[in-house]
Amino acid sequence: MPRQQQPVEMILLRQLASYLTVPIWLMDEAGNLLYYNESAESLLGIRFDDMGPVHADQVGEMFRLTDFDGNPLEGLDHPIGVTLAKRIPSHRELRYCGFDGIWRNVAVSSIPIEGQARRFLGLFATFWEIDV
Amino acid sequence: MRVRLWGTRGSIAVSGPGTLRYGGDTSAIELLCAGDRLIVLDGGSGIRTLETGSLPHERIDILLSHLHMDHVQGLPFFPPLLDPEVEVHVWGPVSTTRSLRERIARYLSPPLFPIRVRDLGNVTFHDVVPGDFELGSIHVTADLISHPGSTLGYRLSENGSVLTYMPDHEPALGHNGFPGDPQWTSGYALAEGADVLIHDAQYDDDEYTERVGWGHTSVSDLAEFVRMTSPGRLVSFHHDPGHDDQRLDALHERLDNRLAGCTELIPGTTGLVVDV
Repeated sequence: MPRQQQPVEMILLRQLASYLTVPIWLMDEAGNLLYYNESAESLLGIRFDDMGPVHADQVGEMFRLTDFDGNPLEGLDHPIGVTLAKRIPSHRELRYCGFDGIWRNVAVSSIPIEGQARRFLGLFATFWEIDV
Repeated sequence: MRVRLWGTRGSIAVSGPGTLRYGGDTSAIELLCAGDRLIVLDGGSGIRTLETGSLPHERIDILLSHLHMDHVQGLPFFPPLLDPEVEVHVWGPVSTTRSLRERIARYLSPPLFPIRVRDLGNVTFHDVVPGDFELGSIHVTADLISHPGSTLGYRLSENGSVLTYMPDHEPALGHNGFPGDPQWTSGYALAEGADVLIHDAQYDDDEYTERVGWGHTSVSDLAEFVRMTSPGRLVSFHHDPGHDDQRLDALHERLDNRLAGCTELIPGTTGLVVDV
């Protein structure tokens, strides 16, 4: 079967996310950004329709992520990297610069998406602003 | 491949003068392949009368889309399952908690039923993980589709001919402005370009608005799904138990109007034979 269609678990999750006011970020198992919802748009500083899906190679270049001392975060330093690599939930507080140029302090929780037969399909992450 | 419908009804078997043409038995389809290999799609009440023919079938494969009662209730009434001389393979959606055999045993055990799984003949159960496998000359692609619980749709190919079977499917669930991008449409890859698509056609549009999330398709959404996937022919299936023949005729007229000639519509009636 050609991979021209997302697994139904991802389809249903995307549809659910589109109804939620919690910011949701959805990636496939390879780290491609598939979708983020309207609530996430306001925190990321750009509409998803203006961004579109983003290839895994370019996701890391979308945002500057740091800890609260300004040290850059890469790979396993941030929850999404942990979930993609280890397929486990992960949580961390961090800073990032959105497309609108605004630095935000956020808490990020990343959850692996495991379908039937324990197929790892990707992850969804939710994030919210915090006072530091 | 030669397809014959033995049960076309959804939800529960019905009978009476108003069901004579479309039929009252629930999902069961015979698929006769090269070398007279027999594959059966679902085990609803229609499987009871499915004739295995004059040829002795040493092996029969039954592909279950899911385990709702209208798709499995006929299994213990299908004689080959009780015949130790016939090798029967039952395929159904995988679960992370219980095997297919264990889940079928919930039905085939007291107090729901007097016969137990262990009383069956030469039966092997297979937990189907979404993906591809071969049944003789048939290449099978199974994938999960939008319906409550784990539900598989099947795409069966033989010598370039393709049959897609999605008896219970709600592709529009949660969509804002269905149809959208095919990449985000349940069942698209299974149905795309099939020669024959057998698909859920349970609801009229006004009924669907009251039953969103029940796992079935409205006339308008089915027409849009067909327009998106472009099958050669559409066989309607899983008729609502509350619809008599007259109402189903009217529903099909509306569906045909919606399709506007993009695909040939074949109303799914019991006994219908379709060559793929």
